[in-house]
Amino acid sequence: MAEHIATRAAYGQALAELGEKYPDLVVLDADLSGSTMTKAFADKFPDRFFDMGIAEANMVGVAAGLAACGKKPFVNSFAMFSAGRAWEQVRNSVAYPRLNVKIVGSHGGLSVGEDGATHQCIEDYAIMRAIPGMMVLSPCDGPEMRLAVEALVHYDGPAYLRLGRLAVDSVTDEVPGYQFHLGKGAQLRPGADAAILATGMMVQEAVKAADLMAGEGLSVRVIDLHTIKPIDEEIVLKAARETGALVTVEEANVVGGLGAAVCETVCTRYPVPVIRHGVKDLFGRSGAAQAVLDAYGLNAQSITNSVRCAIDRKEQMLRR
Amino acid sequence: MDTNTRANLAATAAQARLLGLEMVYSAASGHLGGSFSAMDILTLLYQRELRVDPARPGDPDRDRFVLSKGHCTPALYPTLALRGYFPAAELGQFRAIGGHMSGHAEMHHVRGVDMSTGSLGQGISAAVGMALAGKLDGKDYRVYALLGDGELDEGQVWEAAMSAAKYRLDNLCAIVDVNGLQIDGPTDQVMPTEPLDQKFAAFGWHAAACDGHDFDSIDAALAAARSEKGRPTVILARTVKGKGVSFMENNAGWHGKAPNAEQYQQARSELAAQVETLGRQAGWSGDRLSAALTGIPNKEGN
Repeated sequence: MAEHIATRAAYGQALAELGEKYPDLVVLDADLSGSTMTKAFADKFPDRFFDMGIAEANMVGVAAGLAACGKKPFVNSFAMFSAGRAWEQVRNSVAYPRLNVKIVGSHGGLSVGEDGATHQCIEDYAIMRAIPGMMVLSPCDGPEMRLAVEALVHYDGPAYLRLGRLAVDSVTDEVPGYQFHLGKGAQLRPGADAAILATGMMVQEAVKAADLMAGEGLSVRVIDLHTIKPIDEEIVLKAARETGALVTVEEANVVGGLGAAVCETVCTRYPVPVIRHGVKDLFGRSGAAQAVLDAYGLNAQSITNSVRCAIDRKEQMLRR
Repeated sequence: MDTNTRANLAATAAQARLLGLEMVYSAASGHLGGSFSAMDILTLLYQRELRVDPARPGDPDRDRFVLSKGHCTPALYPTLALRGYFPAAELGQFRAIGGHMSGHAEMHHVRGVDMSTGSLGQGISAAVGMALAGKLDGKDYRVYALLGDGELDEGQVWEAAMSAAKYRLDNLCAIVDVNGLQIDGPTDQVMPTEPLDQKFAAFGWHAAACDGHDFDSIDAALAAARSEKGRPTVILARTVKGKGVSFMENNAGWHGKAPNAEQYQQARSELAAQVETLGRQAGWSGDRLSAALTGIPNKEGN
């Protein structure tokens, strides 16, 4: 039975649960604990929860100090502010000294919806990925998020974790043999004509797109890249070799994010056509979340067009 | 503080200035003005105030020090060397590609450094986090952070100030090196921040003041900080930028440039004279004096 839950909700549950097992786990928020779902942890472990007010730069620095004294801090705000506003603090106070701080960005992407462009962070993958040594994660559903949070508690080093606002259907729990490992993608559907490599809640859309295309007689592989950095080169290159046509799908600007990471991987090792499906270097805008996603082509129907395009390119190249 | 302690501190600070000068001269870059204004404060901290053991720099119960004005490594590194964290000869690697003595403070490269800093306004936040961790763990260590007065332009400092007051971090002591100058000129012209005592008080801190070149005055302020309960303390230390070298004193131009050969010779002779005079007052042996006057051992051309 598929679960219907926002990844931020699964994250909040996981934190509150893991708090029991890990006494060094501490949580910081910037006046958004109801939205980032850290409230459950705050209620359960008030001594280990720090509301730092609307001051993200200081929050990240305080987390660095806590980590320097052996704590495992998770720092929370909307992606726009934890990754965006505090970028340089993440870079200099956390990543450069390689302190064990997890930067969590909730409400990532356009699915923030009504709040509009100022709160729709579509650059977090790119800007976090640009920092040396920074791990970047964007799990797609509740079960995967819970596994990611526990893995991050164990992982000693800086990482960025994107959470989504909208409730989404689970997809990973119905895949036989699915396993979660940091830095490793997971194949959710087999396929040989093309491969869709997706992250975050675009994974669900990728699965739907593959199903739609199966109806047209096309076999489309779906790979869930919950870890954007370090990218799973093995699974990406395997998809390139075996399908010859790749489509990356992300709820983010196509500049510098998952699409860029996949292109960087294949360009020197096994060049094949890659269509980067995402926000095409535009700001978002206000609207109901699904309406905004549709307006920017972040849905299964639109993804099928990109897949056809990738297959066309492959065939053009083969004819040359 | 007895006379001998005071004399020892003064002589040690003079020796540290000589080492700092040589570091910057040999690297042909670095920040002397703000290092020299802070040298007496740092010397007192490491020689007398901090409960640290150079043999155990990772001791979880140690006092912490964060150089929030992270460019002042020509003050911090000599201070650490003279406290016994590493041999002074290592200072010769300052800012060199093959060395580990980075331009700004580095916790993973330089033994004894508790936090990597350099981007202004960030160290104080890390110090708040360390103090918070101490409270959380019921430990009695104290956390000290040294900031520049120009650094107070950064909004993050005031975010940090609010959070330290919120969590009643009486184990935190911030010291501001109020030398009155920043890169573009006098702080009151570049960005007026006074009245600092009233500002920090309004942010919920205990504000103390001292003469940053008078060891008794610094010591008294640190003692007041230690006895303060329920709120953090800031010590506003009045200092002279470039203190100890006549032509560097109170000159914004000496923020971040290295002296040329002639300036180096003059600065060196002024500082060497101070080491000699103060070392004799402190009763240093001839051997100790001559080691102090050597500056960085085995440096090029020595």
